[in-house]
Formats: sequence, structure tokens, C-alpha cells
Amino acid sequence: MCLAIPGKIVEIDPQNTSSAIVDVIGTRRNIDLGLLEDDKPLCGDWVLIHVGFAMSKISETDALDQLRVLEMLGESAAALQEVRGYGLEPSDDTQPS
Amino acid sequence: MKYVDELRRPELIRKAAGEIRRLADPQRHYRLMEVCGGHTHAIYRFGLKDVLPPNIELIHGPGCPVCVLPMGRVDDALSIAEQPDVIFAAFGDMMRIPGTHGSPLEHKARGMDVRIVYSPADAIKLARLHPDKHVMFFAIGFETTAPSTALTLVRAKAEKLHNFSVFCNHVTIIPAIRAILDSPDMRLDGFIGPGHVSTVIGCRPYEWIAKNERKPIVVSGFEPLDMLQSIVMLLMQLQRNEARVENQYARVVPWEGNRAALQAMAEVFELRPYFEWRGLGFISQSALRIKPAYAEWDAEQRFHIPGIRVTDPKAAQCGEVLKGVLKPAECKLFGRECTPENPVGALMVSSEGSCAAYYNYEHRKHSQLTTLSLPA
Repeated sequence: MCLAIPGKIVEIDPQNTSSAIVDVIGTRRNIDLGLLEDDKPLCGDWVLIHVGFAMSKISETDALDQLRVLEMLGESAAALQEVRGYGLEPSDDTQPS
Repeated sequence: MKYVDELRRPELIRKAAGEIRRLADPQRHYRLMEVCGGHTHAIYRFGLKDVLPPNIELIHGPGCPVCVLPMGRVDDALSIAEQPDVIFAAFGDMMRIPGTHGSPLEHKARGMDVRIVYSPADAIKLARLHPDKHVMFFAIGFETTAPSTALTLVRAKAEKLHNFSVFCNHVTIIPAIRAILDSPDMRLDGFIGPGHVSTVIGCRPYEWIAKNERKPIVVSGFEPLDMLQSIVMLLMQLQRNEARVENQYARVVPWEGNRAALQAMAEVFELRPYFEWRGLGFISQSALRIKPAYAEWDAEQRFHIPGIRVTDPKAAQCGEVLKGVLKPAECKLFGRECTPENPVGALMVSSEGSCAAYYNYEHRKHSQLTTLSLPA
């Protein structure tokens, strides 16, 4: 829950600019950009994600550093599990969304 | 420190460690508190204590939200979930937290509808998927997660989603630091400030610690080099008899914080007059509740909550460990009755809890460690 997960924004929903697809180590999931209203990220930007919400924009170097920290902490599997969980995959519920 | 050579920039880490040794006055004993549970985890994982001189003691702070939540609130959450047609949704970290009659996971085994969600936004999705049920999200966390819960409530209200509520247990870090500084048995020289909480609240809220309490605080990143640099910065201030707020983690933490996140919190939450913390007792204005404008989505308004105070199992000394009075291994249950697999106390539940961190790394280290020799 307190993990900060770096992800790269690969798509922003043109209908709802608070909704974006991020790539986290090859896994793509939907996140909410609503907490970065003041400084909206663009496609290709890196963000730190907490519980499915982008919380800060960071540089690519810092994003890669943070990925390494997660790995060193033995938390990268947990981080990936968290990211895969965003959006309630069919395995998490009886009906896919 | 086992991992120095595997880490990035090992030469800088050695340099920082040398700097710490140079700056630390051998006549003095330094007690520095890392406020954040993420730092506690990193300190044990990287074996940072092994590169610090013995007169620098790191005290683990209250910044693990799973750890500070008193058992009575877990019971309250589970009592809501026991009502018919309620789905209990919580983060995975919460699944093994002990309640009086077992953890959420054990309640699930007994037939309760308990779901892990990874984001409060997913609890809303569950509510949309199950219009015939009520989804109650058990929200916990400091300012790192509170804005996400706030924005989720804004979205639920905008959508008029009536089968969703939040049982709010969000807490704020500043009053906890104040309570620790007010505690008579606690003598601290400085603070390693939390990294991710500070991305939201910024650095200004710490200024009173420097000004009024005359203690230095350095907001720190989570890499080993970050934490060692933060300790260097603290020692430099202490050597010059200064007390300032410094930001070692400026690459991520803006001095003013995240305005949109603070606005979302201000829209939805207000301060509770007081809230109970495990180990620290009742602290005034230390937690958030949902504003009346969002009462329909407030589980405390929608459901009857028993609100019974429950003391921790007598033998478990979570409170003393949380306050930094006892080290994890000094608790009578540590590593015997209480382990990460079968936690008795909440500090064993989360990887950020000091007991779990100590158990996972320190406790097992003696059989594994090949200590790195550092330059004197």
C-alpha cells in the first residue's frame, strides 16, 4: 500500500483526461491522474503511483532508480502484483469489468 | 552491510559512511528517528546499521499505518462487514491484521465476503459490478493514500453511487511526531523525514520541529545512499548546533507538496477531535473523518459501529516497540508466538512494520552475512 511504483504514461483517455494507461515493467494498467491536476503529465512522462493514483511526476532516471530500489527491497514482485490488480482483473472478481 | 557492492554507486556509499564516522562525535550518543515505515524496511533490508558507528542509534517511528491502527477499529470494520449484503474491500496489507476474533482473511474463510483491492478506485468498480450489494472500503494510511481515498469519494458522489462507503481511518503524520516529542521517556536528536508523505504535504509542516523543538529534520529518499546522505545532513546540523528542515529527496518531493492532493483532502475530510493510536494512545486532531457533505458515503454514518476499545494481547509489547522504547527482539513474543506468518501484533503484519522488517532481515542475518569491511 505504501509502495511508490514508477510507471510510464503510454496513453491518456481523450474522453477523460484523468484516466491514463501506464506501463510498469511491461505490465499495462489504468491509473487515475486526478491528483496531478496542477501539473498534468503527458504521454511519455514518468509518474510515481500510489494505490492506483499518480502522485508525482519524476524523471526517467529517478523512475529507473525507484524500480531498482523496489527490486533491492524485494518488493518488485509485490509492486507488480499491485499494478496487475488495478482495475479488478477477472481473477479478482467473478465478472470482468 | 552485505549488499554494498550490489548497490549502485558503492563508492559514494562508502564515502557517505566515512563522512558519518568523521562527523559523529565519539563522546556523544545520537538517537535519530526514521518516521516512515518504508525507511525502517530499507534500513533492515540494506543492513544500514552495519555501516553506522555504534553511537548512532536509529529509532523506528510511527509511520506504518497498519501498525498504528488499534484493534478496536479492525473489529469495527469487521462488524460492518458482518451485516447482510456487505462486501468488505481492503488493501492486501490489511488482510492479516488481527482483530479480536481473527483477521479479515480468517473472516473470509468463515464465509464473509472479503475482497482485496489495490486501489480505492477498484472498490468503486466493485460497487458498480454489484449493485445489489454494499461495498465498504476499509481506508487506512497517512497522507500518502488519503488523497486517493478523497478523490474516490468525490468520484462516487459525482456518480451518485449509493452502494459504496468508506470506513475512514486515515491519520496524519505531524500530530504523531508531536506526541513522540512530548513523550517524557523519549530523547531524540533529529528526524529522518518521510519521503512519500512529504510529496503530498511538502516540507513546511515540519518547520515547527526545527523552530520550536530545536531538532533537525531531513526529508529523505529510500535508497541506501539517500538515507546515509540524510544522516550526514543531520550530523552536520547537529555539529553546528543548527535545527533546520532540509530536503534530501528534492528530486521527488516539492517543498510546497502536491496542491491538488491537499485540495482533494480538504474537500472531503475534516480533522477528528481525537483518535486512538496503538502504542501512542489518544492523540488530538491526528486523524481524518469524512465531512457531512459526504455523509452518505461515510460508513460510520451509514452503519452502527460498536466503537469498543480493545487492548492488545497483554504479552505483546507493540506499544513499547512503536514508541521506540523496546527493540523488536526485546518483545517476549518476538519470533516465537509472533511471526510474519502468524502475527499476534500488528507490527509483524506489514513489511513496513519494524517487527516484520527486523524478523525478515536482522533475525536471520547471522547465518548469512558476509560483512563488508569499510575504510576506517
